[in-house]
Amino acid sequence: MKWDEFFVTGEPMIYAADICIVLASLAIIIGLTYFKKWGYLWREWLTTVDHKKIGVMYIISALLMLFRGGVDALLMRTQLAMPNMTLLNAQHYNEIFTTHGVIMILFMAMPFIIGLMNVVVPLQIGARDVAFPRLNAVSFWLFFAGAMLFNISFVIGGSPDAGWSAYFPLASKEFSPSVGNNYYSLALQISGIGTLMTGVNFVVTILKMRAPGMTLMKMPMFTWSILITSVIIMFAFPVLTIALLLMMFDRLFGTQFFTMTNGGMDMLWANLFWVWGHPEVYIVILPAFGIYSEIISTFAKKNLYGYKSMVVSMVAISLLSFLVWAHHFYTMGMGVVGNGFFSIATMAISVPTGVKLFNWLFTLYKGRIEFTTPMLYALAFIPSFTIGGVTGVMLAIASADYQYHNTMFLVAHFHYVLIPGTVFAVIAGMHFWFPKIFGFRLNERIGKIAFWFIAISFQVAFMPLFFLGLNGMTRRMYTYSPETGFGPLNMIATIGAFGLAIGFIFLVYNIYYSFRYSPRDTTGDPWDGRSLEWATHSPVPEYNFAIIPTVDKLDAFWFAKQDKKSLFEGKKIEEIHMPNNTGGPFVLGVVFFFLGFFLVFSWWIPAIISGVVVLILLAMRSFERDHGHHIHVEEIVETEQKLRGDNA
Amino acid sequence: MKNKGPLFVVFLLFAVLLSGCSPLTVLDPKGPVAKTQSDTIMFSVFVMAGILAVVYILYIYMLTKYRATKANEDYVPPHIEGSKWLELIWTIIPVIIVIVLSVVSVRSTAAVETTPKGYENEKPLVIYASSSNWKWHFSYPEEGIETVNYVNIPTNRTVEFRLYSYGPITSFWIPQLGGQKYAMSDMVTKLRLVAEHADSYLGRNSNFNGKGYAQMEFEAQAMSPADYRKWVHDVKTTAPALTKEEFNTLLNTPFVGRKTYSSTHLSFSPPPMEGKDMSNMNMDHKTDEKDSSSSTKTDGMNMNHMDGMNMDSMNMDHTQHSNN
Repeated sequence: MKWDEFFVTGEPMIYAADICIVLASLAIIIGLTYFKKWGYLWREWLTTVDHKKIGVMYIISALLMLFRGGVDALLMRTQLAMPNMTLLNAQHYNEIFTTHGVIMILFMAMPFIIGLMNVVVPLQIGARDVAFPRLNAVSFWLFFAGAMLFNISFVIGGSPDAGWSAYFPLASKEFSPSVGNNYYSLALQISGIGTLMTGVNFVVTILKMRAPGMTLMKMPMFTWSILITSVIIMFAFPVLTIALLLMMFDRLFGTQFFTMTNGGMDMLWANLFWVWGHPEVYIVILPAFGIYSEIISTFAKKNLYGYKSMVVSMVAISLLSFLVWAHHFYTMGMGVVGNGFFSIATMAISVPTGVKLFNWLFTLYKGRIEFTTPMLYALAFIPSFTIGGVTGVMLAIASADYQYHNTMFLVAHFHYVLIPGTVFAVIAGMHFWFPKIFGFRLNERIGKIAFWFIAISFQVAFMPLFFLGLNGMTRRMYTYSPETGFGPLNMIATIGAFGLAIGFIFLVYNIYYSFRYSPRDTTGDPWDGRSLEWATHSPVPEYNFAIIPTVDKLDAFWFAKQDKKSLFEGKKIEEIHMPNNTGGPFVLGVVFFFLGFFLVFSWWIPAIISGVVVLILLAMRSFERDHGHHIHVEEIVETEQKLRGDNA
Repeated sequence: MKNKGPLFVVFLLFAVLLSGCSPLTVLDPKGPVAKTQSDTIMFSVFVMAGILAVVYILYIYMLTKYRATKANEDYVPPHIEGSKWLELIWTIIPVIIVIVLSVVSVRSTAAVETTPKGYENEKPLVIYASSSNWKWHFSYPEEGIETVNYVNIPTNRTVEFRLYSYGPITSFWIPQLGGQKYAMSDMVTKLRLVAEHADSYLGRNSNFNGKGYAQMEFEAQAMSPADYRKWVHDVKTTAPALTKEEFNTLLNTPFVGRKTYSSTHLSFSPPPMEGKDMSNMNMDHKTDEKDSSSSTKTDGMNMNHMDGMNMDSMNMDHTQHSNN
């Protein structure tokens, strides 16, 4: 391989990105050295097994990926703003919409949600950490290795260019000879292993580590949503892993699972992909429902309406989510019976989703609604997501889908589901739980400016796409002619996209501003919350709760506040057993990154060496004795007093 | 005031877009299949508008009535577990809506998957539409002619497009005549369409298949049966035959413009499933006749035409396009 094939060349934009990457890396290295922060970084973050810090690292990664995916989106929207634009050529555009899709779903939405669940779930159930803290760190570093591997593709070797769904035979070596789709297959495998382990970890954590008295039906709704999500992850992700493995065999070792010759079946890939892909949609939307349930209930000052039916409907959604994958390709020619089944199953999902929607509306009923920033996102979610939902039902009608399929109508639909659903939810969740992690709230005024930019720009950016779709504009076209008449609506959509970018800038600025100027919260309960995470201090001490709370009903903390009681009564502070920090997961992530990288370029000897190192690291772990450490009572008492702000 | 901002924008956009624009392509059908789909879409739009209205009315009511700023200083929201009856209502009504839509979905899907009503008596005109990077080949087995990147069809007659691909999955779509269907390399899918107005329609590949995807369009020209017969006759007498070499060159050229030939590629490069049938021909003649009678018959025709034709004459309208 020659160097000019190794590095992506010939594009001014790519060269600019190269320079930026080098400068940013240098800045980070110099900054860390100058401020003598290497030790801090290693001790406090890279080796941590603390679920809160891992959660924060997930969220920071997700924000970075939101930036990357957002830049992709802006480039695409600029290219489409007017007919016959020449900002991007076809190949570059194809790479960008592929990375936009993969990054936004797998490296932005997923880690953002996993980050929030890491931070919140152990606190909500009154636990000291997740069930397998070290495994949790492995999950994060594998995700991070996969994300980085995927992200370097655009400067080294070339990005995948077959769409985020990587349909065969287009994604096969024959039609996509660059290493781009090798990156796709390997980066997603590596991060997918991490996600699968997160699923296992959280199922065990939620089932086994709840505070005394917290039965399943007394769990906060967010924890419920994460339990169900984790179960979906456990069933869906193995399918993706295997599909990607077969893809890797096809591309690297010349097997013929999905190719056009020797009995390869291109539609097998489509089936496997969507057997994972549709449940994946619910993996990113159910936690969002959980977040909204918490926020709406908190700021309406009311308990969640119809708790039981909320749980039942989530279980129903999770089951149905595995029965609808073929609606992604009605147009494959499955005939009336096949399409009919998947059409009805798909529409059936709207029933439990509708139940949830009405329950949220009736949580507001007779409430005392406060319009805080997180609540604004939750309230913007309801009308926007409803549009996403009803257009989903329209798409579910098979005969009509023959006209919507692959058009901008579909693009509009899933952005209406994913942005008000997932993105608004994680932003709302970030604002909501920020004081729990850092001990101060994000500035409300800047938060609201960001909200209005995001909420309005979102409508401007995506509403026109419904009409473009019905007018015959397909997705993934890098250009169009003036005669099509697509120009004006595309221009409106592009303006909306830039509005979203402005909103995002305000959002990030708000984090910086609040770090510097926001008043510190000493109560631990700045929003007058309902669930256990608000019962401990902010920022949360390493051990979460000095005393494990006892729970007797849903919203126990809320009722304890009403009755002026404590959840910690009758218990003494005891020694706390905590897991040790370890560099193992980080090292494993680094080695996995190189294993993936070498496999991408088919550099067999380094790849084999990395693979062997992975096995050695795993073997070493099984011989390692690590009994964790104990925090002594005096130390806990001291920390508690400091956090409470008294010196007595 | 707050929170109605996005809603207001939505309504404004709706109003502007629905009133100001010319009819949207998909909702401006020119044949029975597209008509069924357009009607289904409009039906679902009305049902969905009803659902949106219910949600939005409740939403606006809750947000205006129960704001903290409107409540008394000492107002404490009541604890409400839920309501069996209300929850049953908003389960059962959606179930009924879904049942209705399911019936609509299955019936309309059945309708667009068969020969359109009123056209059952006449035998459909079979046209093989195959894609290769990045063009469409149209083979008329009955007429023994082939075109590239444009297809002429008679009005008021069912046209059965048999779709397959020499490469990545593509999707064959003429929005004003009917919805799309995939063309794949390992099977043949069928799409039946009828054009009821003599006009030119834009067709395209709507499934992403690489660099030339955006340009992968074709023209579907519907013409009266008489005009159509005349065109077929002209092609057969004037266009060159499609040789295997010529076809391979076509497959390997990314963009070729329009082409017209007086024979098809079906004989030497048969479609995936029928290819298998043809290899069975010597062993079991009867099954062959049932499965692929049209293609075997036409192969014979092609040979005759090729023999008796003047390959050099290039003086007709459509072949001139081929140089573009």
